[in-house]
Amino acid sequence: MDFALTEEQSAIFDMAYAFGQDNIAPHAQKWEAEGTIPKDLWPELAALGFGGLYVSEESGGSALSRLDATLVFEALSMACPSVAAFLSIHNMCAKMIDTFGSDELKARILPKAMTMETVLSYCLTEPGSGSDAAALKTRAEKTNEGYRLNGSKAFISGGGYSDAYVVMCRTGEDGPKGISTVVVEDGAEGLSFGALEEKMGWRSQPTAQVNFDNCLTATDNLVGEEGSGFKYAMAGLDGGRLNISACSLGAAQAGLNATLQYMSERKAFGKSIDQFQALQFRLADMEIELQAARTFLRQAAWKLDTGAPDATAFCAMAKKFVTETGSNVVDQCLQLHGGYGYLSDYGIEKLVRDLRVHQILEGTNEIMRVIVARHLIAR
Amino acid sequence: MKVLVPVKRVIDYNVKVRVKADGSGVDLANVKMSMNPFDEIAVEEAIRLKEAGKATEVVAVSIGVKQNQETLRTALAMGADRAILVVAADDVHTDIEPLAVAKILAAIVKEEEPGLVLAGKQAIDNDMNATGQMLSALLGWSQGTFASEVDIDGDNAKVTREVDGGLQTITVKMPTIITVDLRLNEPRYASLPNIMKAKRKPLDEKTPGDYGVDVTPRLTVVKTEEPAARAAGIKVGSVDELVAKLKEAGAV
Repeated sequence: MDFALTEEQSAIFDMAYAFGQDNIAPHAQKWEAEGTIPKDLWPELAALGFGGLYVSEESGGSALSRLDATLVFEALSMACPSVAAFLSIHNMCAKMIDTFGSDELKARILPKAMTMETVLSYCLTEPGSGSDAAALKTRAEKTNEGYRLNGSKAFISGGGYSDAYVVMCRTGEDGPKGISTVVVEDGAEGLSFGALEEKMGWRSQPTAQVNFDNCLTATDNLVGEEGSGFKYAMAGLDGGRLNISACSLGAAQAGLNATLQYMSERKAFGKSIDQFQALQFRLADMEIELQAARTFLRQAAWKLDTGAPDATAFCAMAKKFVTETGSNVVDQCLQLHGGYGYLSDYGIEKLVRDLRVHQILEGTNEIMRVIVARHLIAR
Repeated sequence: MKVLVPVKRVIDYNVKVRVKADGSGVDLANVKMSMNPFDEIAVEEAIRLKEAGKATEVVAVSIGVKQNQETLRTALAMGADRAILVVAADDVHTDIEPLAVAKILAAIVKEEEPGLVLAGKQAIDNDMNATGQMLSALLGWSQGTFASEVDIDGDNAKVTREVDGGLQTITVKMPTIITVDLRLNEPRYASLPNIMKAKRKPLDEKTPGDYGVDVTPRLTVVKTEEPAARAAGIKVGSVDELVAKLKEAGAV
């Protein structure tokens, strides 16, 4: 057993970290205030291979393992978890198209998705269905002109901002087997968006409801086969959970680093506050929790990469554990920053807000427990 | 034209440097190491020359411990074509002195016959700023040091040098040795596909013996110590007091 990162993995982490610190971190607060991420950022990231992290080389991707990808998200989140998580969504969509799409669809969509001239959004959740995703109601009728979609998708990161939407919709019976996946390009007839959502965190990501009103998309925009959409949507989730966990981990690590720095400078009762044992113990606990989270996350990623039968359960366990750990750690970071932690200038309260949603999306942490419990009982 | 780029593995510039308890040097055990930032600029310049069609091959060389392999992989991931690792020490604390490095590089230059050696002006660990100049002397080649702009034109290179009080532009005859300064370029990030490809690029491993060079140190480090801690300042109550204090200190 070898827990060390390989030379390439260290290089990947270092490069993503350096890019984030140089090109994302200095703007993270401004982008949050503006409620959007400049679209120019994406081609810069894509030029380094971030547009298709685990898309195959034949399709122009970087063909990384899921473990490698967690390093990218951990490193980028040290600059801004909201930006890193947005990149995760694009990558999840690109991977779906690469794995399940026809050669024709891949050739049409992926080249520009790899350069991120086309930014992709993932549309599964609806106003009336979240955890119970298979109950989704958005319908797609096959007509002579193509698929006609009716319904709406909620909480869509990149809604009204992205260039194409990977939409899970119903083409057949109720339940998971009646669901298909289609690509709807921006500008499609009948595609519209709700107002931008006001959110607690992830504020630099434009989020909106996506509405389909007799929305037309080409029959060729079907991903894979009709009726397999739910399977495709779920296939992306294990890895998505790893990514989101990595985003919590990196952000919390950045929070701890900032806290260490702050505590070495801030003085109280005549000494720097990192000299008080009660506070040192808090630092030690945060370090222990983050190292445990990191090891657990990488083990889950390794399970997914090696096709272990319990990979799904491990991804769920890691997601629950790492996202909760990340939130606990940044909350402690805020406490240790005192009043300054509560001010936006120090960037700590942003982390608290950004990480909170990681316990809700990519399957709530309650659903993670359902997956783990089912796995236990079935054993 | 082939370009040779020597790269050194040094303590990462972000690491808080600690002196070893016995004062024999800086503690490098379990410390993050990276490519010397000036060498990174040299690698970048070499790759740009290749992209501009002025160079045909970029060869990176590193002399030190086995782990210098990582530093060479960084150069390969940025775009160097192949690498030569000269393993000259077992312990990361053993610094190979500039003269020994220059002698090894001179032997490699004779073997590889590059038209240009692009090196960092100095390494950020012990700031010797000597290897490039020594190599020039050993080879009898021209040198252009502290370059902030390089323009290769056939048999000559125009080098803009950062000197005290301004910029100096010189023309040197090729083949030449150019040592680069901070403002020459901004090194690229190695892309993910290039990082993965780097491990498949050739990396030859050699020893100083292969080049007939003795790397036994000629210098003795007497003592290494931390810079003196800054003394605490004082608060003055008025401008008059400030002026009086400054006069007292001989500052005005």
